[in-house]
Amino acid sequence: MSINLKVKLVTKQQLKPDIFKFGIKAEKMVDMAKPGQFLEIRVTDNIVPFLRRPISIYNVDKQNGIIEFIFQVKGEGTKILSNKNIGEEIEVLGPLGNGTFKVIENKRVAILGGGIGVFPLYELAKNLKNKSEVNIYLGFRNKDAVVLEQEFQALANKLTITTDDGSYSIQGFAINELKKDIEKEKIDYIYACGPLQMLKAIRDLSIQKNIPCQISLEERMACGVGVCLGCAVKKTEIVEGEFQYAHVCKDGPVFDAKYVNI
Amino acid sequence: MNTEVNFAGIKMKNPVTVASGTFGFGREYSELFDLNQLGAIITKGVSYEPKIGNKSPRVCETPAGMINAIGLENLGVDHFIEYDLPFLHKFDTAIIVNAFGGPGGTVEDYVKVCEVLNKLDIDAVELNLSCPNVCTGCMAFGTTYDGVKQVTSACRKVLTSKPLIVKLTPNVTDITIPAKAAEEAGADAISLINTFSAMVIDVETRRPILGNNTGGLSGPAIRPIAVRMVYQAAQSVNIPILGLGGIMTGNDAIEFMLAGATAISIGSGNFYSPDTSINVLNGIKEYLTKHNIEDINSIIGTVKMN
Repeated sequence: MSINLKVKLVTKQQLKPDIFKFGIKAEKMVDMAKPGQFLEIRVTDNIVPFLRRPISIYNVDKQNGIIEFIFQVKGEGTKILSNKNIGEEIEVLGPLGNGTFKVIENKRVAILGGGIGVFPLYELAKNLKNKSEVNIYLGFRNKDAVVLEQEFQALANKLTITTDDGSYSIQGFAINELKKDIEKEKIDYIYACGPLQMLKAIRDLSIQKNIPCQISLEERMACGVGVCLGCAVKKTEIVEGEFQYAHVCKDGPVFDAKYVNI
Repeated sequence: MNTEVNFAGIKMKNPVTVASGTFGFGREYSELFDLNQLGAIITKGVSYEPKIGNKSPRVCETPAGMINAIGLENLGVDHFIEYDLPFLHKFDTAIIVNAFGGPGGTVEDYVKVCEVLNKLDIDAVELNLSCPNVCTGCMAFGTTYDGVKQVTSACRKVLTSKPLIVKLTPNVTDITIPAKAAEEAGADAISLINTFSAMVIDVETRRPILGNNTGGLSGPAIRPIAVRMVYQAAQSVNIPILGLGGIMTGNDAIEFMLAGATAISIGSGNFYSPDTSINVLNGIKEYLTKHNIEDINSIIGTVKMN
């Protein structure tokens, strides 16, 4: 279930020069939302930019009826969005996506995030806390790019941060730290969101180690609800020599890693 | 106030329809607004056999619009009959099935799907002779007089019990040529325009953004060209016209009707907001009220040229 609403921006925080956290008052959406879902946000009442911006949900605050999302200013649309002020109305369609993170109980799970891909993992970690042992691995480019360390720390049994250049915490890729832990102790389930290269690597690793794994994907998208079939992703299954496609907005954005060929 | 129109024998409670490929088969948007308000739903393109579609990316935003190269992905007419048609029958709105000759793109493929559709409880068939994103068929037929005539005639023979609408491509020098071909081949109506063949290049990678390299441009950016083409087509044929191309508001729809359209479609405007079609309908009613127009039919084709 999803709904298209004009909602008020109630909180706004600039986490980095180009990264913003928004809270919207959306009482009707909070009970529908599942970990891994996203919103289609109209950034303007004009016709430029024309399409909505798909942005994943960071946190669902059911008590206060607030949904939070975090986004990076990447182009014209997100720039306009970042200039909205508290009290302004935004038209939001959501929560969207039928492929969502499964909240596994009584297991040792790993959450792997890279860069701005860490945002949708917060709501997942929140739902997993006290249900499973949650090991979180987050990788960033450098010290300046590290975000939400304390927030994830509060939800993790163990939090590992890496930076590509070693300017903060462990140097290297987060997936390598996860790999080391998999060799040492049993990991029952993996969740991942981040750059495509990271997702490819965790997909391969999870298949090789036979660990169930869910990955959250993105693709250029128009409708967000499954009618335009724009956001196609190849399935692993090949029928009569031809690729088959799933659609990120409707079948995802979270997929079983084995199901998609990325 | 009367908003009812008779479009090629289809009685529609209002002229507002949703364009093929922008509304699926209604299921997703039925959760977001009441589909009973629409004059008609035009389905995603259906072929006799399933078609897989193009590689990603398939869509890209452009100034006041977008380009797409979906590649006519669909699960085939049997799936439509089993899964989608019973769902559409729940609503009090006309059902227009968009069809194309897939996946082969031959005249025979067009005829095969029309033979099946002729037996169904639907209100009309819209033939896609205009998709710019597949290698064979479609636009290859739609750009020439002979091509339009050949496919339309062949489908007309088997579509004995349904109105036949032919959807035209704007990728031609003179839109009146395919319009006349459709009329002469026995079409009950024409719809125009489909998208303009277009390309966006990523200057960093120096590659086209779409996996298909080129795609079809739609949205408000193309609206004035669509209005001009609807006007020209209306001057050259006597069959009714379904006008579309970047309609976002009631006034946009009225523009098309003044140019000669009996009905209109909302296409990529559905992506801007899921209820754009309802906003358009409300805007049409406001226009009629403001100008004391009792019957919407009285404005069709009444543009006064300078």
